[in-house]
Amino acid sequence: MNGAVHEVLVPSHRTLLDLIRDDLGLTGTKRGCDDASCGACTVLCDGEARLSCISLALCHDGAEIRTVESLTSDARLKRLGEAFIACGGFQCGYCTPGILVAARKLLDACPEPSDDEIRRGISNNLCRCTGYGSIVESVRRAVRAEVECSAATAPRAGGRGS
Amino acid sequence: MQRRDSASRRGTRLLTGPSESAPLLDAAERVEGRKEFLEDLRLPGMLCARFLRSPHAHAKIIRVDAARALLVPGVQAVITGRDAPRTYGVLPIGHDETALAVDKVRYVGQEVAAIAATSEDSAEEALDQILVEYEVLPACLTAATAMAARDSWIHENRPGNIEKEYHHVFGDPEAGFRAADVVVEDTFRHPRVTQAALEPHGAVARYEGGDRWTVWTSTQTPRHVQRGLSLALDYPESNFRVIPCAVGGGFGGKSETFPHDICAAILARRTGRSVRMRLTREEVFILHRGRPENQVRMRLGLRRDGKIMAVDCETIQDGGAFCGYGVATILYSGALLGAIYDVDNIRYDGYRVLTNKPACGPMRGHGTIAARHAFESLLDRAAVELGLDPLDVRQRNLLRPNSRTVNELRVTSYGYPECLERVAAASGWRDRKGRLPRGRGLGVAGSHYVSGAANSIVRGDFPHSTVVLQADREGSLTLYTGATEIGQGSDTVLAIIVARVLGLAPAAVRVVSGDTALTPLDLGSYSSRVTFMTGNAALEAARKLRDRLAEATAKKLGAPVADVTFVDGMLRPREKSNSEMTFADAARLAADAEGTLVEKGAYWPPREAQGGRFPGAGVGPGVAYSYSAQAVEVDVNEETGEVKVLKVWAAHDCGRALNPGAVRGQIEGSVWMGLAQALFEELQYSPQGLLFNGSLLEYKVPGAMDSPPIDVFIVESCDPEGPFGAKEAGEGSVAAVLPALTNAIHDAVGVWITELPVTPQRVLAALERRAASKRSPLGAARPAAALIHARTGGTSPRDDHAAALPTP
Repeated sequence: MNGAVHEVLVPSHRTLLDLIRDDLGLTGTKRGCDDASCGACTVLCDGEARLSCISLALCHDGAEIRTVESLTSDARLKRLGEAFIACGGFQCGYCTPGILVAARKLLDACPEPSDDEIRRGISNNLCRCTGYGSIVESVRRAVRAEVECSAATAPRAGGRGS
Repeated sequence: MQRRDSASRRGTRLLTGPSESAPLLDAAERVEGRKEFLEDLRLPGMLCARFLRSPHAHAKIIRVDAARALLVPGVQAVITGRDAPRTYGVLPIGHDETALAVDKVRYVGQEVAAIAATSEDSAEEALDQILVEYEVLPACLTAATAMAARDSWIHENRPGNIEKEYHHVFGDPEAGFRAADVVVEDTFRHPRVTQAALEPHGAVARYEGGDRWTVWTSTQTPRHVQRGLSLALDYPESNFRVIPCAVGGGFGGKSETFPHDICAAILARRTGRSVRMRLTREEVFILHRGRPENQVRMRLGLRRDGKIMAVDCETIQDGGAFCGYGVATILYSGALLGAIYDVDNIRYDGYRVLTNKPACGPMRGHGTIAARHAFESLLDRAAVELGLDPLDVRQRNLLRPNSRTVNELRVTSYGYPECLERVAAASGWRDRKGRLPRGRGLGVAGSHYVSGAANSIVRGDFPHSTVVLQADREGSLTLYTGATEIGQGSDTVLAIIVARVLGLAPAAVRVVSGDTALTPLDLGSYSSRVTFMTGNAALEAARKLRDRLAEATAKKLGAPVADVTFVDGMLRPREKSNSEMTFADAARLAADAEGTLVEKGAYWPPREAQGGRFPGAGVGPGVAYSYSAQAVEVDVNEETGEVKVLKVWAAHDCGRALNPGAVRGQIEGSVWMGLAQALFEELQYSPQGLLFNGSLLEYKVPGAMDSPPIDVFIVESCDPEGPFGAKEAGEGSVAAVLPALTNAIHDAVGVWITELPVTPQRVLAALERRAASKRSPLGAARPAAALIHARTGGTSPRDDHAAALPTP
C-alpha cells in the first residue's frame, strides 16, 4: 500500500475500499455510490485503475495498491494535484482523489493525451460540481508541466540537439 | 424600444482592474483527499446505525415488533416512531415530518425504525428481524391522482392533498392579453430530478450528558439542523452543537434536518456511545429533496413590436409526501416570473400537491427552472409568430436598473442587457442565427436568481449574517462565520473580502465556519446568499478592525488616522512615506493596549428589498438578482432523434467577481447541471411508488464524455449594495440553458420540445407529430400559428385532472 507492506486480517466479504478506509485508515479514497457508478473510490492495483468499492480485498492479496495518499512520493500524481488546484479542476473535492488516480493511470498509458482521450480516461469518474471542462484543462496542464519538467531534466543525448 | 439603449448600459460598469483568482483556502486538502468529510470522522467506540424502510407507498402501521432484532449479536439499540413522535419541518408552516414513521408511512423507503450496532453488518442483519405489520392504503403517485382523490388524504390536515395554493394577480392580465397581437400558450412538463451530490448524506452524534449533544453532519445549513433537532427532541437549540463536516456538494439537497441527524442523536443517548449513520447511494436517492415534477401551463401575450403584454402561468408541483421547502418552491415559481423582463401584468396560480413519493427540496435554481423554461420557450414562439429575432424580443423587454417589478421585487443592478450582448457576439448570433444548415440550430434564453433571499425562513428582526473577526498579537486573523463551505468557495470569498480591506493576502485569514458552538448566527449556505450577506458582514468587521489598527498606528507614528493606508501587509501614513509599520506590529500595538482584537459585522436585508404585503409575498424578494444569458448550438439527427450540444456560451452578471476562478467554476457547473437535467435526468417510479433508478448509473448523472465546451463570460454590473459590488454566481445560470437548448432544437429542425428530458424518443415523436399535421388537410390548413389561441374557458386544474382519470 503506497510502498509500505501491511498484514491485515479481513472477512471474505470485505471490500478493498473498506480495507483501505477502515482497516488502514486511508480516507483519501472516497465512497460515493457502493455500486461502481461514480469512480470516487478509484485506486491503482498493480498499475491498473480499479473501483475499490466492488473489489473484494482478498482478491488483491499481495497486490501493489496506490491511493491518492501516495501523492507525497509520486511525482506524476503530485503534478496532477497541483494542476487541479491551479485550474480549479474541483469544487467540493469529493470526486477529486479518484479522478487524480484515474488521470495518473491515463498518463501512464498515454503521456500526452488529446482532450478526447482525457475525457475517455476519466469517463468512469463522475463529478457533480464542475462541467468537466476544468478537469480536462487541469489534466492538460499537468501534461504540459510534465513535458516541461522532462525537457529540463532530460540528459542531452548525442551532444548538440537542435 | 426607447428604453433599451438607456437601460443596457446603466448600472453596468466594467471594473478597471479585474480581480485576481485565488485558489480556495482548502484547495490542497480537498484535492489531495485530506479534507475530513463526515464519513472520514472516526470517534472512539463509534457505533454504526441503519434504517429499516417502508416497502409501501401508503400504509397504516399496525404493529412494530423489534424484540428479535435486539438479540442479534452486536445490536445495541433499536428505535421506532414511538421514540421520536414530535413533528418538525424546515418551514414554520410545514411541521409535518417525524424522524421515524408514526402510525403510517407515506412513501416507499420512508424510515420506520433505526438500529445501532457495533458493525454495519450486524445492523443490517438485525433489520430483517424487525417485524412490521402494515395495512396498505391507496397511494397517490402523481399530482393528478392526488388532486382527484376524494378521501384518504396523505395528511389528515391537508384535505384534497394540496399542501398550499396561491393565486396572484398583478396589474391587469386580461387587459394585457386583449392588447396583445399574439398570444402563445402551451403546457410544459418537467420530471423529478435530484441533486446527486457526490458525497452521500450522513451524521455522527455524540451525547455529551446534561441533555446536550454534538452532531456532525453533512449540511449546508447547520442552524436549520439545530432547529430541527430542537423541535424533534424538545430541548433548546443551544443544547445541540451542530458541526458541518466538509461538505461534498449540496446543491440544495443538504438544507434541512434529516431523520439520520435525529436518529443518530437519539441512538447516541440511548447507547451512551457515539453513533454514525451514513446513507447508501440508494438511500440518498430515496431521501431526495430535489426538484418536484412540474406541470406548467403558460400563456404569453406580446404586442407586434415584441413587447410582453401579459403572462398567465399555472404551475402544479408534485412535491412528495411532506412539505419540506414546498411552499417556498411554489412561490418562487410565480415570483420570479418578474425581475428579469419588464412585465406589467402577471397572473399566477400555483398548486403544491402532496403525493406518496419522497419529499422534494430546494434544488439549485429553487422553483425557477420549469417556469423559466416555459417562459423563454414561449418568447421564442412569439418571436417566430411575429417574425422577430428572439434576441431582439428579449432586448425589447428589458427592465431598468433600480426599479420595482409589478410583483414588488426590487431590482438594483441589472447586467442582463450586457449578458445578452456578450453571448450574441460570442455565438455569432447576428450572422449565424437562421442561416445554419438543416439539423443545426442556435437558441438563446435568459434566467435570473435571487442573490440571497431577503426574508428568513423563521421571521425575526435578527441579522441574517454575523461575522466575528479576531486578530491576535502576531496579526494573524481568524474569521468566524456560520455560513457553510460546501465546495462553492464561501470561506475563500470571505477571506478575500477581509484581506482586501486590510491589504493582506487571502491566505492570511483563517476561516472557521459552520460550527454552531463557535460561530455567530448565520442562516447558512442556501438561496445564494453568502457572498452578498455574509460578505457584507465580513466587510463591516474588516473595516472596523482597520479603523482600530489605523488609530493605533496613527498615534504611534504621529499621523492623522485617515491617512493610514493598508497595502501589502504594511501600514503607511500617506504623507510620511519613510515611516511605516507591518500589519503584525500594528496588531501587537493595538492588542497590547486593549487585549485580543475582536470586531463583528452584521447584515440585515434592507426593508425595501423585502417585498410586498400580499399572501406569499415573502418568497421571491432577493436583496439583489443575478442575471444570465446563454446561447446553445445543437446538432439534431432527424433520423435518430439524437441531440448533440456542440457548444454553450454563458454570460452571467455576478455583480463583481471577487474570485473570478471560483465564479467561472460556479457558472460552468450551473450550466452543466441545467443541461444534464434537460438532456438526461429523470427519477422514475413504479406504479407502486418504488424508485426504479436509484443509482448514479441508472439515473444517469452524465460523465466527462457527455459535456460540451462551455464558454463562460463574467459580466460585472457592480451592485450598489453587494460587497465590492458582488452578487451571486451559483444559481442564476442553471435555468437559462434548458430553454436555450429547446429553442436551438426548434431552430435546427422546427419542433418545440415541451417535455423534459429531451430524449431521442421525444424528438422523434415531435418530428412525427409535425409531419402528421402537415400531411393531414386540417393540419395543413391551420396556420403555423396553431399555438395562437385564446384559452378555452376557466376550467380549474382539479377538474382537468379529474376528467382525465379513468372511472373505477
